[in-house]
Amino acid sequence: MKYLVLLIGDGAEKPWPEQTDSEQAAAMAKFGEFDAACAAREGVELLAGEALSGPSDATVMRTAADGRVALTDGPYAEVIEGMGGFYLLEAPDLDVVVELLRILPPYDIQIHPTVDVTP
Amino acid sequence: MREEWGRLVALLLAQFRRLDLVEDALGDAVEAASRTWPVDGVPANPAGWLMTAARRRVVDRLRTEAVAARKQPMLLTDAERHQEGARTMADSGSLVEDDVLRLVLMCAHPALAPEAAGALSLRLVLGVPTADIARLFLVPEPTMAARITRAKKRIVGAGIPFAVPDAAVLPDRLDTVAQTAYLAFTAGYAPGTGPDLLRAELSGEAIRLARVVLGLRPDEPALVALLALMLLQHSRRDARVSDGRLVLLADQDRTRWHHDEVAEATRLLAAPCLAGPVTPLTASYVLQARIAAEHATTPSAEETRWDRIVGLYDLLLRVAPSPSARLARAVAVAEDRGAVAGLDALEGLEIPDSHRPAAVRAELLSRAGETDAARAAYDQAIAACRNDVERTFLTAQRDALG
Repeated sequence: MKYLVLLIGDGAEKPWPEQTDSEQAAAMAKFGEFDAACAAREGVELLAGEALSGPSDATVMRTAADGRVALTDGPYAEVIEGMGGFYLLEAPDLDVVVELLRILPPYDIQIHPTVDVTP
Repeated sequence: MREEWGRLVALLLAQFRRLDLVEDALGDAVEAASRTWPVDGVPANPAGWLMTAARRRVVDRLRTEAVAARKQPMLLTDAERHQEGARTMADSGSLVEDDVLRLVLMCAHPALAPEAAGALSLRLVLGVPTADIARLFLVPEPTMAARITRAKKRIVGAGIPFAVPDAAVLPDRLDTVAQTAYLAFTAGYAPGTGPDLLRAELSGEAIRLARVVLGLRPDEPALVALLALMLLQHSRRDARVSDGRLVLLADQDRTRWHHDEVAEATRLLAAPCLAGPVTPLTASYVLQARIAAEHATTPSAEETRWDRIVGLYDLLLRVAPSPSARLARAVAVAEDRGAVAGLDALEGLEIPDSHRPAAVRAELLSRAGETDAARAAYDQAIAACRNDVERTFLTAQRDALG
């Protein structure tokens, strides 16, 4: 199965800007460890993964029924205000995804399977 | 047949990985058996007969699907075949691959809502009819049928595996199984809106679920402690109600308790696996079971060792603090040290949507001779109570104040 993994909030982790250099280095090491664990695990493949810039850089695009496009600044909803990054990965099942994600800093994470819509 | 249900579901799932087809196919096979066995005689190997019939039905459905809808996503994709490889790697090798354990762990997965996990476990592992599960959880049958269907869809959609997890997370997962079983158990004793006494009998299905898992993992502390706790609570079922009225613990006919179940629970509590360090969940089950055992092994209500029970509640509140444990402790304090001490222990305690704190306060105020305050507390409890049997009891208590 293919999963979109959204790092939607800091959770038990101290917000990035408040972290000391050594704390940031420790968090980065966990991301590296996660990459390595995914690579080592049979049936798992990291297809994409990026950190996101701050919510003030996000733009919401809405298209009305008449085709008019309205742009507003900021994220879509407060709930994803803190979204810091994402992964797209292939994994055999939910348990494998959760097991691997335990390596990351203790963020709040949404795990969302994708569906195949290719004809 | 019911004993074989979980094993057959598990074997079919192991072979086909199609949760959406397996249960229907087995249901069809059972239905066919109920038609043909009375005429042709019961086959030499009934379970094997059902397995063959169900397997044939799944294969028929798969064939129809393959022909009719090439676009329809099959569960058995390349990713699924990968899963086999990944799983074998992940298993530490010390675990016996057991299809029934895989089934239990799938049904009681932490990614499912607890009540959905409970319902699904009773349905798939034990074959409890949906109508009975609906009555246990106090919802209409179509609601429960929809809930079970949704849970099955979620298992497929979210990618919840039919697998035994890594040894590192297995204890956590078995804790979830225990919590799932206990939720189903307590549902049978939850105050409902009517006097449906059979619901307590349905709680016995949760005991059966715990036994199935213990059959696979005999020394699992959480399940040993939980089984002891459930047996002790369940042993009083026949004495709890008389002529449609609730009978308090002190007034129950102790000869009607199931003493064989009490004896089994006492043996379980002495199990070596509970002697060492255990998880907080297991510790809370052990303490609740020891409290229940104090009651169950005392010959008469007058001889109850309330001092020991208060001590056990003190420990329980440290391991797993909860308003209902505080309430129960207050009752024990009142028995041990008098109504005024009990009222002190109740101070500030509230449980949303529950009539119980008010009911206990009313009883203790009445014992302390504060009749007016007691009457007001009974009124409050009666207004909040949604169970017919309990409301009748509370009304009688209030009217007896004079």
